[in-house]
Amino acid sequence: MLKFEHVSKKYKGGKIAVSNLNLEFKKGEFIVFIGPSGCGKTTTMKMINRLIEPTEGKIFINGEDIMEKDPVKLRREIGYVIQQIGLFPHMTIQENISLVLKLLKWPEEKRKKRAEELLSLVDMTPDYLERYPHELSGGQQQRIGVLRALAADQPLILMDEPFGALDPITRDALQDEFKNLQKKLDKTIVFVTHDMDEALKLADKIVILRDGQLVQCGTPEEILREPADEFVEEFIGKERLVQAKPNITTVEQIMNAHPVTITSDEQLSNAITVMKTNRVDSLLVIDKEGVLEGYIDVEAIDQNRKKAKSVADILNPDTFSVQKDALVRDTIRQILKKGLKYVPVVDEQKHLVGIVTRTSLVDIVYDSIWGDEELERAQ
Amino acid sequence: MDLISDLLTYFINNGSYVWEQFFRHFLMSAYGVLFAAIVGIPVGILIARYARLSSVVLSLANVIQTIPALAMLAVLMLVMGLGTNTVVFALFLYSLLPIIKNTYTGIRNVDHTLIESGKAMGMTKWQILRMVEIPLSLSVIMAGLRTALVITIGIATIGTFIGAGGLGDIIMRGTNAQDGTAIILAGAIPTALMAVIADVIMGWLERSLMPVKKKKQGRNTQEEATA
Ligand SMILES: Nc1ncnc2c1ncn2[C@@H]1O[C@H](COP(=O)(O)OP(=O)(O)O)[C@@H](O)[C@H]1O
Ligand SMILES: [Mg+2]
Repeated sequence: MLKFEHVSKKYKGGKIAVSNLNLEFKKGEFIVFIGPSGCGKTTTMKMINRLIEPTEGKIFINGEDIMEKDPVKLRREIGYVIQQIGLFPHMTIQENISLVLKLLKWPEEKRKKRAEELLSLVDMTPDYLERYPHELSGGQQQRIGVLRALAADQPLILMDEPFGALDPITRDALQDEFKNLQKKLDKTIVFVTHDMDEALKLADKIVILRDGQLVQCGTPEEILREPADEFVEEFIGKERLVQAKPNITTVEQIMNAHPVTITSDEQLSNAITVMKTNRVDSLLVIDKEGVLEGYIDVEAIDQNRKKAKSVADILNPDTFSVQKDALVRDTIRQILKKGLKYVPVVDEQKHLVGIVTRTSLVDIVYDSIWGDEELERAQ
Repeated sequence: MDLISDLLTYFINNGSYVWEQFFRHFLMSAYGVLFAAIVGIPVGILIARYARLSSVVLSLANVIQTIPALAMLAVLMLVMGLGTNTVVFALFLYSLLPIIKNTYTGIRNVDHTLIESGKAMGMTKWQILRMVEIPLSLSVIMAGLRTALVITIGIATIGTFIGAGGLGDIIMRGTNAQDGTAIILAGAIPTALMAVIADVIMGWLERSLMPVKKKKQGRNTQEEATA
């Protein structure tokens, strides 16, 4: 739907605001550009509707090079919402909402109907249609700002810190409303912000920029799980990373990669020795290829000491295991529900790759609850 | 007391003459401002677009403004001869500065984010001018017309020197007559009155063209809203 190919922007005076940006987005995605002030977010966004023209590279919308389209026509097909809201003070709410429709030469009747219809999307009554912008609160004004961008059913909408000037409570409400609206209407949104909470809340894809360069692009989960570098980590913030840990960490990241194992063809006496030397009360049993077969524990050995000779004889094959890319969050739940002491971790071919014990989970819980305090104390 | 009764007598005896001159005076001023608006508003818009032109044009209009009225009339008379047209042309020249300057200021002061909003919504340059810039600067432009009209009503009194008529005629008669104070006042008072009325009416127009309107509410609240 939207594609950047080697896009750069150098302003007069030599300032390189955006350099060699390559990105591609699908229809219906909520894309959030984020980065510190002056990193080129606004510049990038304005290049999409040609308020600013790139010095190098190409931008495609649905495969069409935007530089080959008439800019006026292009802009009528793209919604635009800005932090300063930018409603026209001399026009009524209805005129403001349906301005693009007027430019597109819709008849008056239809414009009015459309404005009413849109107003109902944000739970505002039709009597607002005849009012002027300054009679509305900031939150209401920006709702109208958003509706104006939806009026002609534009498939693509650009938003430059649209909720940045609102108080936190209104901002929160508008974010929720807008996210729902976006899902319902299936729009592609390019959204600029410098607020990480906002980005994590709204985005399907987050694009992190620094000094005009792409640092990382991915889903919120991907970015929380694997921040590309220290800059991203710092930008996300330690607190958020720690908080998000159980939600995004996989068991592979926290497991003990050296579980105590034994192969099923070993003698039981050997198994006892292994247990003793490693001070464990059970052993994971694998075959020669390392595939998990089950487990044995002290109890089973004790009961079957007379009859059994090899590990295979007392093997309990009924083992619960998790995939290595399973989320820690889910694994914790399983462990608590089933009352397990540990869970073996396997890969797609059931090869044993590690073990998660209650102890290693406790570490994580510690981190997320007391992690910060400990850091502070250490300093 | 004498003076007032003299004045009244003059008005009663020469009512139609005073009225005629009043009307003539007003028309000269109005035409001067009208022509200046026809030229000045587009020029103001133009220099708001091309900032480099603005200093040249504005200082030129400024120079015109500083020429003493009598000197201006004299020079114009040499070129254009006697008569009303010369006076109207002089008034036109004096009206240019306030009109150009206010148009320029009005357009320049339109919030840039509004212009960009318009552009981003797909307005052409012409549509931005017509639907955004002009409506939003109309009251400032009107303030320019108001200043111009008040100035020209004052200046038009000297039109009489080159035979253009107007209330200046009555004042001249008074200065030539023995004991002509009442006659001077009979010309001066209507002139002042005209200026005040013009100022009030144009001021009202100016306010009613303010971009931020409240429906069904008085003027006072409007002023507050834009203050
Ligand atoms: N018109 C301009 N001329 C020159 N430099 C500009 C212009 N607009 C923005 N810049 C510079 O380009 C950089 C990126 O600006 P911008 O895209 O507005 O950043 P952001 O929106 O991320 O805060 C900044 O350093 C800014 O100063
Ligand atoms: Mg910005």
